[in-house]
Amino acid sequence: MTKTMSIAGTTLELVERGNGRPLLFLHAGEGLGPERPWLELLSQKYRVIAPWHPGYGNSPLIDGSGSVDDLAYLYLDLAADLTLENAVLVGACFGGWVAAEMMVRSTAGFSHLVLVDPLGIKVSGREKRDIADMHAVPRAEYLTLAWADPARGDIDFTRLSENDLAGIVRGREAFALYGWKPYMHNPRLRRWLHRIDRPTLLLWGAEDRIVTPAYGEGWRQAIPGARLEIIPQAGHFPHWERPEAFVERLSVFVDNSG
Amino acid sequence: MRVWYFSEMAYHPAWEEGLKRGSLRVVLPNANYDPKVGHGLLNRYLDEFALCDEVGLDIMVNEHHSTSTCLTISVPMALAIIARETKRSRLLSLGTPIANRPDPVRVAEEMAWLDVLSGGRLEMGLVKGAPYEIAPANSNPANLMRRYWEAHDLILKAMSTTNGPFNWEGEFFHYRNVNIWPRPYQQPTPPVWMTGLSVETGRMAAEHGHVVGTLLSLSAAGPMFEAYRKRAQELGWTAGPDRFAYAAVVGVGATREEGLRRANLAADYVRTSPIVAEPFTNPPGYNSLAANIAMLKAGGKRGGFVRDRHGNPVEQTTASIEQLIESGTCFAGTPDDVYDQIKALSDSVGGFGHLLMFGQGGFLDHKDTVANITLFAKEVLPRLRELNAEPQKAAGAAAD
Repeated sequence: MTKTMSIAGTTLELVERGNGRPLLFLHAGEGLGPERPWLELLSQKYRVIAPWHPGYGNSPLIDGSGSVDDLAYLYLDLAADLTLENAVLVGACFGGWVAAEMMVRSTAGFSHLVLVDPLGIKVSGREKRDIADMHAVPRAEYLTLAWADPARGDIDFTRLSENDLAGIVRGREAFALYGWKPYMHNPRLRRWLHRIDRPTLLLWGAEDRIVTPAYGEGWRQAIPGARLEIIPQAGHFPHWERPEAFVERLSVFVDNSG
Repeated sequence: MRVWYFSEMAYHPAWEEGLKRGSLRVVLPNANYDPKVGHGLLNRYLDEFALCDEVGLDIMVNEHHSTSTCLTISVPMALAIIARETKRSRLLSLGTPIANRPDPVRVAEEMAWLDVLSGGRLEMGLVKGAPYEIAPANSNPANLMRRYWEAHDLILKAMSTTNGPFNWEGEFFHYRNVNIWPRPYQQPTPPVWMTGLSVETGRMAAEHGHVVGTLLSLSAAGPMFEAYRKRAQELGWTAGPDRFAYAAVVGVGATREEGLRRANLAADYVRTSPIVAEPFTNPPGYNSLAANIAMLKAGGKRGGFVRDRHGNPVEQTTASIEQLIESGTCFAGTPDDVYDQIKALSDSVGGFGHLLMFGQGGFLDHKDTVANITLFAKEVLPRLRELNAEPQKAAGAAAD
């Protein structure tokens, strides 16, 4: 079910589906596809709450602009408004960056953090990119970086409705707005990841070439007690490419920790 | 009509390699640039600009970055030299890509300095910049126009404020003591120009009373100028031809064949300009939502903006000189041909008062360029001066 909420003076569109422990899912830079399998699979175990980031879908930008900081505060406000308790916070790719920014501010309301191939931190030196420049490669090459099986990520845009295309275009703009410079990370974030005092699982696609498992190791070292698990035959979007394995790993972790 | 000569100061010796690699911009390594050859070319191009002053043409300079198509990387630097080498020409900066500049106050300072140096001959373009300029500047394309307008407002305020310092704490730019020295020779500011291809740009330029320029395609010029005139009318003033500029490649010769030959060589600018690695051609947010939806529907193909008289797209990279004349991209032939083509195009878009003349491009050599400039100034310019020359009501007074 799609619904609209007013949070902190801005309008947020979100999907809410299923019952049980609340799970806030923050989507990847590519956007939220509610018809795709992972939300349905998650909703068989959890009460899934999945907002479109401001600028994506029908969620307007915050004051016509906005930053990752804004998103972190917005979702902390959302969690407070929904009086979430013992909730699982899940963020994929760009959503993982936002989730980490939330957790270094406050972990109240959340019991676990699951980051799926997150962007957001700087690990290597100034002349080495941790995060592939997704905006400097043709789409075909992007797909080979982001997917274990590039054919599965290909979308025939010519078959989509005007409304869906508008959502995609707006999402691309929003992604650039939030992450253009510094490119898809906050240079100061890693410094504060030690504040995350919740059991944390890093799920990583073995064949992710946007951010590699070695970058995941950088995350693991920065979050106390974090666990890094590699999902084979998956790229940058394991929740999309291997939804069953993604939900299985996530639920085993939630059931057995914290 | 005023005529502004310009050249992008191309480094054409690298074009063959750029064509081979599929990009003349951004990703073509500068190992393909020989500084010794470049030394000769830069000095030659500046000589050609200086010649314009002697023959009565005005002068325009633009800038691009990380490209073999244009070696002017700083308009103020080039214009500073040209200002010293010329006495009469007005000097058009078209312009500074202000949404890609981190420091708008520095832009205001440089423009004011040029205006003082040249004794008030500066005309100041504040431009959005082409999509492939985003990568070299690494500026955020998603909020480009919000940044553009804040920089625009700050630059004009910095140039026109005489009782500073003033404070500026905006969305993008922060200064606590803005008080530029020198201030501009022309008060309150030199004339301001904008560029673009869209109706929206026409409308916004009208709101400020700025001159608006477009290029290479009559199909873009008509609707943009019309939107400007309509908006000006709504605001209570009438926009005359002096508010409108049109840029095209010009080749003139003693015979039609010679004019066509010169235009055909200079038109390599048009053919090479769009050849750039695909990811840099459409950064997110640069083009409108509607344009992007249309692109996705068309399977990712980008429609060029050069169109013929019937609205059909012209493939820029391979177009013949005849096609480029048909689309209003080139004016070419004898002085009579060129005058007639310019007049016809101007009439068809409601009249423009400024022709931006690409009088040199790529492989058009020095001798031909000098002949092109000289013959144009002697045979075409005097007639164009009479065209669309009626005195216009000053737009600035109404708009400010």
